[in-house]
Amino acid sequence: MMPLKFRLAYRNLFHDRLRFIATIVGIIFSIVLVTVQMGLYVGFRRMVTTMIDHSSADLWIMPAGTKCFEDPSLLDDRQRFRALAVEGVADAAPLVIGYAQWRLPSGTTTPVFVVGSELRGSGLRPWNLAGGRIDDLTVPGAVAIDQSYFERLGVSGIGDSAEIRDQKVQVMAVTKGIRSFTTTPYVFAGVDRARSYTGMAANKVSYFLVRVAPGSDVGRVRRQLRDGLPDVEILTAAEFRSRSRSFWLFGTGAGAALFAGALLGFIVGTVIVAQTLYSSTKDHLSEFATLRAIGSSGAYIYLVIILQALLSAVIGFCGAVAISSVVVGMTADSALPIVMTPTMALALFLLTGVMCVASAIAAIVQVMRIDPTTVLAR
Amino acid sequence: MSQPVVDAVDVVKFLGRGAGRVQALKGVSLSLRGGELVLLMGPSGSGKTTLLSILGCLMTPTSGMVRVRGRPVADLDPEGLARIRRDHIGFIFQSYHLFPTLTAEDNVRLALDVRGERAQRKAARDVLGMVGLAHKTRAFPGELSGGEQQRVAIARAIVGKAPAILADEPTGALDAQNGQAIMSLLAGIARDQSRGVLVVTHDPRILPFASRIVHIDDGRIVGEETGSEAKKVSMS
Repeated sequence: MMPLKFRLAYRNLFHDRLRFIATIVGIIFSIVLVTVQMGLYVGFRRMVTTMIDHSSADLWIMPAGTKCFEDPSLLDDRQRFRALAVEGVADAAPLVIGYAQWRLPSGTTTPVFVVGSELRGSGLRPWNLAGGRIDDLTVPGAVAIDQSYFERLGVSGIGDSAEIRDQKVQVMAVTKGIRSFTTTPYVFAGVDRARSYTGMAANKVSYFLVRVAPGSDVGRVRRQLRDGLPDVEILTAAEFRSRSRSFWLFGTGAGAALFAGALLGFIVGTVIVAQTLYSSTKDHLSEFATLRAIGSSGAYIYLVIILQALLSAVIGFCGAVAISSVVVGMTADSALPIVMTPTMALALFLLTGVMCVASAIAAIVQVMRIDPTTVLAR
Repeated sequence: MSQPVVDAVDVVKFLGRGAGRVQALKGVSLSLRGGELVLLMGPSGSGKTTLLSILGCLMTPTSGMVRVRGRPVADLDPEGLARIRRDHIGFIFQSYHLFPTLTAEDNVRLALDVRGERAQRKAARDVLGMVGLAHKTRAFPGELSGGEQQRVAIARAIVGKAPAILADEPTGALDAQNGQAIMSLLAGIARDQSRGVLVVTHDPRILPFASRIVHIDDGRIVGEETGSEAKKVSMS
């Protein structure tokens, strides 16, 4: 049998259907707004480190002061041999990155972000291949691009050609889902070709991706690398990931903007629910006064109001999840997908509950002031 | 004679503040004993409702003493007073104060629910049966007549077996026939020696149900008569 407190709460809530619908719509849009902002945050967080996440390197050697993966600072190629001389280093693969202009067959140009790596060893190779093979990229002028950029790059699939820096390139491999949050398409190529496409000197690289020999201690190898390479920074993948995220999310203000949007959604939702609960409580004030007169404790009445808030939260959250799922699905293939994880869904549910219960405070304060003698007024 | 279930001794009550401050009660003493139905009568503004509020622990006196079953309640905080009301006092209001979104049965169950009691459904049905509403347990207040709503309110007041039933103009919104029926019910309740019923009223038609009538005017008890004396007067 349904507890009477719960019955009283839901009947109070459903009694005025128009107001109830307005509350639920308010909660839904508030939570959808928070979901979108937080989903963008999580999506952005993932996107900015996608290259680091897909590298198998144990350590990244980079120019001192490098802020993120896209940083244009350069290393001297000779440092690779110093790195390889350190005991415990199994490989130190060069990685070249940089912007270039892609000339479409139509003659127009569009910027691309070139990622040049060794195609074997600990290099950063394209993943999620939807066509072609990694080995096909050993052919001079071979590149890999993501299928989502076909139209933008003026190609339609494997075998199509274009130009970068007046050099012919041919699409020999196609990936699926390797998209950049900057919306600039990634173009994968070999190291030397990448240098040529980006205009980088032949003795320069962007990073060395270090793989530590089996059985070697990563920390010890890093210390030895630091001793041998004083002018560079050596970070683990986790550290570089954290630094990149920190730069893009907080150094640029993008993360703060997303958080501010989420906070705004939370505040709007809280105010809407608070306003509704407050006016609902005001409408039922004589009933709460009657409860008080017949001996109910304050806690009993507060519980009824909090149950109203939680009921609103559960119903509103269900609606918000339905709408958010559609939004998540619609952005799945975009440059910056909105991501919804189970943990995030749970966190949003708790947030909705907290928002609604916080909203009940104004109503509770109002009820605390109830004078039970009002039931005797005529 | 039974012990008082509620009694007030030399109660003074000021209402309002500043220039609007008035003395509603000026040293009132009144006892309600088990087995009696007391009518508290007086003109508007005489202090009836204020006295009822103080006896019912809805309000605390400015001075004087109120005891419920012999226990002084002066030092209790609002939660303590709520506990006293919950366990010892049943209220009946002129405008019923039922919950419109709850059935008759649930309205009655509320009085038990606030006490944290279980097995409320059977108790609520039994009491609704006692007030002649066994067939209306599922009805909402809006589907009941005024007399039926007041019966539900009586059921709510007595379901917790409170020793003091305080009624504020219980027949004020009812026609003569329903008023008589409600008073018969209250008189029946007052036949139980463990329960006393105090009715605030200015309805002279209910005098025959009283075992004692207390007259109040300008914040003072100005007269008291037994029910039989009142009957003689009303018959003559």
